[in-house]
Amino acid sequence: MIGIEHYVVVSSILFVLGVLGIFLNRKNVIVILMAIELILLAVNINLVAFSAFLGDLTGQVFAMFVLTVAAGEAAVGLAILVIYFRDRGTIAVDDVSHMKG
Amino acid sequence: MDWMQSLRLVAPEIFLSVSGLILLLGAAWGQSRKDARAINWLAVLVLIGAAAMTLPTLLGQVSGADALAFDSLFSADAFAAFAKVLIFLACAASLALAPAFFERHGGYRGEFPVLVIFAAIGMAMMVSSTNLLTLYVGLELNSLAAYVLAAFLKADERSAEAGLKYFVLGALASGFLLFGMSLTYGFTGTIAYSGIAAATEAGLSTGALFGLTFMFAGLAFKVSAVPFHMWTPDVYEGAPTPVTTLFASAPKVAALALFARVAVEAFGSQSVAWQQIVLAAAIASIVFGALAAIWQTNIKRLLAYSSINNVGFILLGLAAASVEGVSAMLVYLAIYVPMTIGGFVAVLMLRDEGGKQLEAISDLAGLSRTRPLLALGLGSVMFSMAGIPFFFGFWGKFVVFQAAVQSGLLIWATIAAVSSVIGAFYYLKVVKVMYFDEPAGKVTGRSDMAHEWLLTISALFISPLGWLFTKGLGALAAIAAGVLFAAT
Repeated sequence: MIGIEHYVVVSSILFVLGVLGIFLNRKNVIVILMAIELILLAVNINLVAFSAFLGDLTGQVFAMFVLTVAAGEAAVGLAILVIYFRDRGTIAVDDVSHMKG
Repeated sequence: MDWMQSLRLVAPEIFLSVSGLILLLGAAWGQSRKDARAINWLAVLVLIGAAAMTLPTLLGQVSGADALAFDSLFSADAFAAFAKVLIFLACAASLALAPAFFERHGGYRGEFPVLVIFAAIGMAMMVSSTNLLTLYVGLELNSLAAYVLAAFLKADERSAEAGLKYFVLGALASGFLLFGMSLTYGFTGTIAYSGIAAATEAGLSTGALFGLTFMFAGLAFKVSAVPFHMWTPDVYEGAPTPVTTLFASAPKVAALALFARVAVEAFGSQSVAWQQIVLAAAIASIVFGALAAIWQTNIKRLLAYSSINNVGFILLGLAAASVEGVSAMLVYLAIYVPMTIGGFVAVLMLRDEGGKQLEAISDLAGLSRTRPLLALGLGSVMFSMAGIPFFFGFWGKFVVFQAAVQSGLLIWATIAAVSSVIGAFYYLKVVKVMYFDEPAGKVTGRSDMAHEWLLTISALFISPLGWLFTKGLGALAAIAAGVLFAAT
């Protein structure tokens, strides 16, 4: 029998993978966008699983809002990436360091 | 609670939304530089109008059920009103700086003020949130506009890099916050702050504690508290200076007020659990902000570290977890906003003959002889930030320390006081470079009238003359903090 804890474990693993994807990735900014998406989807699994577990619709409504905002966020992120690519001609993560820090 | 009542409560936000959409249409049709200028000044008026519409809520001490709109999804109480007035005025001030700057750096566009208005609506929703969904939507409305603003100078590669960094780390912060929210929802069964408070009254379950920790980590990202501060110096340096002025003022007010609301309204009964987290972030920010700024040679980076340091002091007020603490926090914010705006306006006025922005601290050498008034303005900002007695910045630090000591945080208040002495070193170094070094003669560009006015107003407010406001400001902050605690 699959219970709520299985869902929470899966979503936690996905969340950690997403965070690691942002910090360990040295190659490509597109991969970072994918990692952000992974984090948001991990949250959605959590919300929907809790919603079913609690028998309360709020979580599913919340998941809809997260999906909508994630679409907007991806659009803005890609737009910024296009501007960045026009200036630099590259989207390698190691090159995003013209300012120290 | 009928619809008319709800609509009346959100009138400032509706006014901003409608004006923002109309101005957006104006920006779509009027592409010329003159149109952009007109849209900009209209947007300033709209923001000041929204602040004026919010003021009666604060003065009327609106609280509790009278403030709730749309089935308790939104609370327009006096606490939110205090933050909103500050947010709207800070947005208006940053907009007043924008046209002169962007016209020198290639193309001002009417979309800029529209984005600032949308960010302001998002921030207003954040401070008025009474449940996690309103919080999230408001935060993202603010963040998505802010990412675009940071990358607004398309021709400048530093601006694009700042936009990209801000986007990635901002999205990560939202991810942390959301994950915390989903755990909080799962383990308390509700997303309303009042419901969470009821569910955690008997104690926090492990899952809810995880949720609380993740949410606070996400919020700490947004206010750039150590250890989640690494994006701040890069974004502040790379973003166009009027945008940096905005980032350092309005979103800080919104995120800190939101921090207080979540901590007090949702987890008020579990203050022992979050007090440690907030205190650790506060002390780390104060110490790190003071030490890391010493080696900076770029004045925008220096102001970025100084904002990390100031956020630490504000969080120290929250860590006191008392009415006095939150009231001290609001007083500090009200002083911090004009202080930081004054600092960035002075930076904007540092230009050479060709209109190029100067950002190195060494370029300031001998400024007191070539541009005495500018040096005086920047000098009073620095003295006030250092917390030198009788400048207004001192009062903010004083009330925060007082609240911390009352809550038994004597040791931590002492560490903070020692760090502020260390921090005084780099503030005074700037004053020393301006007043005692041989003139470098680099700052020769002409200033714009809007910049001069804003610098004068903020310099006067944070000078010893600011003490005239102590009574009124203290009373308003006490009302706002009292309303926040009364709701629990």
